[in-house]
Amino acid sequence: MDATWTALLLSLKVAGSATAISLVTGVALGFLLARARFPGRELLDTVMTLPMVLPPTVLGYYLLVLLGSRSGFGRWLSETFGIRLIFTWQGAAIAAAVVTFPLVFKSARAAFETVDAQLEQAARVLGTSELAIFFRVTLPLAWRGIMAGVLLAFARALGEFGATLMVAGSIPGKTQTLSVAVYEAVQAGQDELANMLVLVTSAVCIVLLLSAGRLAPGRIAHQS
Amino acid sequence: MHLDIDIRKTLRSGKRTFYLDVRFRSTSQRIVLLGASGSGKSLTLKAIAGLVRPDAGHVKLDDTTLFDAAAGIDLKPQSRNVAYVFQDYALFPHLSVRQNIAFGLKRGLFNPRARDHHEVVDYWLEAFRLEATAHQLPGELSGGQRQRVALARALIARPTALLLDEPFAALDPELRRVMRSELDVLQRRLQVPMVLITHDPADAEIFGENVLRMRDGRILDEAADDTNLAAMPAIQPSTDALQCRAW
Repeated sequence: MDATWTALLLSLKVAGSATAISLVTGVALGFLLARARFPGRELLDTVMTLPMVLPPTVLGYYLLVLLGSRSGFGRWLSETFGIRLIFTWQGAAIAAAVVTFPLVFKSARAAFETVDAQLEQAARVLGTSELAIFFRVTLPLAWRGIMAGVLLAFARALGEFGATLMVAGSIPGKTQTLSVAVYEAVQAGQDELANMLVLVTSAVCIVLLLSAGRLAPGRIAHQS
Repeated sequence: MHLDIDIRKTLRSGKRTFYLDVRFRSTSQRIVLLGASGSGKSLTLKAIAGLVRPDAGHVKLDDTTLFDAAAGIDLKPQSRNVAYVFQDYALFPHLSVRQNIAFGLKRGLFNPRARDHHEVVDYWLEAFRLEATAHQLPGELSGGQRQRVALARALIARPTALLLDEPFAALDPELRRVMRSELDVLQRRLQVPMVLITHDPADAEIFGENVLRMRDGRILDEAADDTNLAAMPAIQPSTDALQCRAW
C-alpha cells in the first residue's frame, strides 16, 4: 500500500514539474510561432513537434547523452552548479517535460492563432503596452485552448515510461513513478501491487480527461 | 484639427500589387474618405493610427509629427493619442461592457476588475445609455449597443482625433439611420475631430464637411480642400457596385 502512494506522489511531483516546464516554454514558443514571421518558422515547428512522434526511448537516449557526465553540457552542469540529473527525479521531470512539450506547444500555437489580431490592435491604439496586451487580451482569450493542452500534457507525463526509465532509472521511492512501478511489479510477479497501481493510475487519468473535456475549445461560450 | 498626410506604400499579395499614394491636407473637423472597398481608405486610416507603416512620406496631426519616413519618426500606436473604432468594433469578448470602456484608463498588466467603479466610466455608461448592460459581455449586446461601447471606449481617453472605419456597415438600415444621427450629435457636442471612412455616400452626406473620394489607392480630388458636397454627384460611380453588395 505504501509503495503505491509513494509512487503516486512521486508521479504527481514529476508530472507537475514537467507540466510547469512545458507550460512556460510551450506558451512562449507557441506565441512566437503564432505571431512572428521569420524564415524557417515551419521547420522550427516540425522540430518542436518531433518529441511527439519519436519513440520515448530514443528521446531518453538523446537526453542521457546530453545530460550525462560524458557530455560537455552535463559536465558543465555538474561542475558549475553541482547539478546531476541522471538517476534523479528532476531528471525524470525533464524527460517528461520534453515528451509533453509538443502537446502544450501545439495547442498554445493553435489557441493564439484563433485570437483576432484586431483585438490586439485595438488595445495598442488604447495605449496598452505590448507586454500588457499579451497578459490582458491575448493570453485570456487563448487560455482555455492552452489549458486543454496542459491537462493532456499532465496526463501524458503521468504515463511517461520510456524516456523516464532511460534517464532516471527505477529507484523505488526516488525515481520509480507509477508507470515504472507497474512494470516492475508485474516483472516481479506481485499481482496484488500491480492491480492496485493500475487502478490508481486509471482513476487519476479518468479525472484528468474529464477535466480536459470541459475545457475543450468548442465549449467557449463567450468568444463571438 | 490640422491633418497633413502624404504617404506611399506598396502591398504585394501573390501576383497582385497595390500602390497606395495618398496626399491631402485638411483643417476640417469632419473628414470623410469615400471609396469602394479596396480603394485604400482603410490602409490610410490605419496609417494615421500607426497600425500600418507607410514606405515613405509623412503623417502630421496638429503640431505632432506621427510619422516621417525621411526623419525616421514613427510614433507607436500607443503614443499617438488617437482613437480608433473598428468596423466590427473589436470589443474584448472576455471583458464586460464596463471593463471594455475602462480598458484604456487602466495601466499595468491586469485588466480593470469587474467590480471597479470609476466616475469617468459611469459618465460614459450613462451618456450612451449603457448602464443596464454594464455587466454584460459584448456577445450579449445588440449591434447598436456594441457600437456605443466601442465609441465610449475610444472617447474616454480624450483623443485628439476619432478615427472611424465603416462605423455603420455592420448595422441594419434602420439602426444605421439612428446611429448616424447619434454620432452626428455626439461629434458636435464633444467637438472631437473625426476622420470617417465609408463606401456609403449617405454617410458622406451627413458627416462630410470635407469629403475626399478615393479610388485605386489615390485621392481623386486632392486639391479640393473644401469640397462642397452639393457640387458632387450624389452617388460616385466607384461605390455603386459595393452598395449592391452591402445591401
